[in-house]
Amino acid sequence: MINRKNISTLGLAVLASCALAVPAIAVADGKVKVGMITTLSGGGAGLGIDVRDGFMLAIEQSGNKDIEVIIEDDQRKPDIAVQLADKMIQSEKVDVMTGIIWSNLAMAVVPSATAQGKFYLSPNAGPSALAGKGCLPNYFNVAWQNDNLHEAAGAYATDEGYGKSFILAPNYPAGKDALKGYKRFYKGEVAGELYTKLGQTDYAAEIAQIRASGADSVFFFLPGGMGISFLKQYSGSGIDLPVVGPAFSFDQGILQAVGEAALGIKNTSQWNKDIDNPTNTAFVESFQAEYGRLPSLYASQGFDTANLLLSAMAKADVGDADAFRAALKLADFDSTRGDFMFGNNHHPVQDIYVREVIKEGDIYTNKIIATGLTDHADAYAADCSM
Amino acid sequence: MSTILLIEQFLNGIQFGVMLFLMAAGLTLIFGVMGLINLAHGSLYMIGAFAAATVASLTGSFLLAIIASVVAAAVFGAIVEFSILRRLYDRDHLDQVLATFALILIFSEGTRWLFGSFPLYLDVPEALSGTVVLLGDIQYSRYRLAIIFIGLLVAVGLYLLISKTRVGMRIRAGENDREMIGALGIDISKLYTWVFALGAGLAGLAGALVGAIQSVQVGMGEPVLILAFVVIVIGGIGSIKGAFIGSLLVGLTDTLGRVLLPIAFSTFMESSAATSVASSLSSMLIYLLMAGVLLLKPSGLFGRAPS
Repeated sequence: MINRKNISTLGLAVLASCALAVPAIAVADGKVKVGMITTLSGGGAGLGIDVRDGFMLAIEQSGNKDIEVIIEDDQRKPDIAVQLADKMIQSEKVDVMTGIIWSNLAMAVVPSATAQGKFYLSPNAGPSALAGKGCLPNYFNVAWQNDNLHEAAGAYATDEGYGKSFILAPNYPAGKDALKGYKRFYKGEVAGELYTKLGQTDYAAEIAQIRASGADSVFFFLPGGMGISFLKQYSGSGIDLPVVGPAFSFDQGILQAVGEAALGIKNTSQWNKDIDNPTNTAFVESFQAEYGRLPSLYASQGFDTANLLLSAMAKADVGDADAFRAALKLADFDSTRGDFMFGNNHHPVQDIYVREVIKEGDIYTNKIIATGLTDHADAYAADCSM
Repeated sequence: MSTILLIEQFLNGIQFGVMLFLMAAGLTLIFGVMGLINLAHGSLYMIGAFAAATVASLTGSFLLAIIASVVAAAVFGAIVEFSILRRLYDRDHLDQVLATFALILIFSEGTRWLFGSFPLYLDVPEALSGTVVLLGDIQYSRYRLAIIFIGLLVAVGLYLLISKTRVGMRIRAGENDREMIGALGIDISKLYTWVFALGAGLAGLAGALVGAIQSVQVGMGEPVLILAFVVIVIGGIGSIKGAFIGSLLVGLTDTLGRVLLPIAFSTFMESSAATSVASSLSSMLIYLLMAGVLLLKPSGLFGRAPS
């Protein structure tokens, strides 16, 4: 006769090893667990906070009780993002992941998360490596491919007849993509090309070079605090060449810190608060009511990401990966951008607008003045075999 | 490259150096007198900038904002010295690093809690905006010129304070022999608090001056802190003169390196690749400078050789 105690010990051991070895089996109850890893502290926190707030606003408005969101702060550090992703996949057993702002963090997390069968919906980062040959079936980008806004800036510069642009960006992969994207659609001559240090805050040397270069326009991609510093110093330098840039230095969060120095500057974005459709109007109003500030493009991306997810949940069960993927691909939701569809590489095909910084009362904000590129896909889609 | 551009870049280098000096002077003074490694010096810089931005938006006066930045940073410095750092003077440097690192986290999250995650607005005053024309043909930012002027003024002031006054004599004595000046009946703990407040005030001033042309945000102090440490290592730890020379050296090396290296590289490389390589190399230059100085003078340019 076998000892009773032994059996139970054995049973415990089996149970324990099951818990360790068996991967999460999504229970087909229509519930979805979302893991959001985003930047909520440190230099880039404003972006992550906007994405989170936009996302949660959409979830709250839907009233859908079958969705559970776990939010963690990556502190803009790739190693922390990877740890959080492991934790969310292995112990929290999430079905869908989202939230990452920065391309280098996305590259550290997305390929391994999708390889483990999770869906990843990007509310911001769109590195070129995931758009071309490296495109992934379970990866959907709801914002843009990184080059898109820069390409629109290049197209706008060409339309305006600029013939000699001085271009600058930080010395890191997204900075190089930016200058490449601008030059892809800019037909004029380049008066000077500069890579600055990532995180640099003093641009006196660069501004002196712009002055000496004989350029007729300036294109810059300096997201966040770098852009604030550059614009303030540029406006104090007495140079009055026209400036174009992507929306990342002109979003609602940082415009107030730049102040008058940004007035009149043209910047490119896939979204603005004055895009005229009922979804967008309601979004801008409810965001302002809920959080007491105007939404940024990041907030709109978070909002759209959540609505995309909700639309897929209504069509398919997340346990059935193929059906859920097909439902995501349809993008059957009301986007704040109006029409929204995915290309073959699961990146948006969309209009990119040219905006101008204006002052409304005491608040600095943007107004759409033109459409830079219409139904624009990205340069890498053709290399994707999906 | 024209001479005019070169002179302008030279001024930019000096302006950057002078700004670093305001940070490095306090750091080196605190280290020299109290033997304390204060990583939280960058937080005092941030406090200065936030105080200035707040006061500027309430009163609209830049002068009041600058005064507020110095006072706020000095008061915070004195409180921190009195309540926490005082207990660390006799401890190992590692303990000091650990404690002051914790202070960075506390100050950063505290600031975020009070002011939020979005950068604040602080602008150059009307009187100092725009440019002036120097030497016939150089257009230079009036505000940057003012920073150079203020920095030099502070340098002269510190020199006079340390070499000509009784307080300065005590500070120098404190550097030389802490126990002896205690034995001579000088209230050393009061002296420490004052020195710390002085260093903190200078960091706050630097934060406010720079905040007007950069972005006032949480975590703005840490990149500057690293440079300030490079400066005091080059100049010799504890030496104000070393901090001054070191600041100018670092400021000029960094600025001129950023400008001249791409030009040098583009003589033999394709321009897009040249700027990318030169940019990577120029961000290393000041560390190469530091390594070079340490190789020739292990205790820095004006540091005392360890006995």
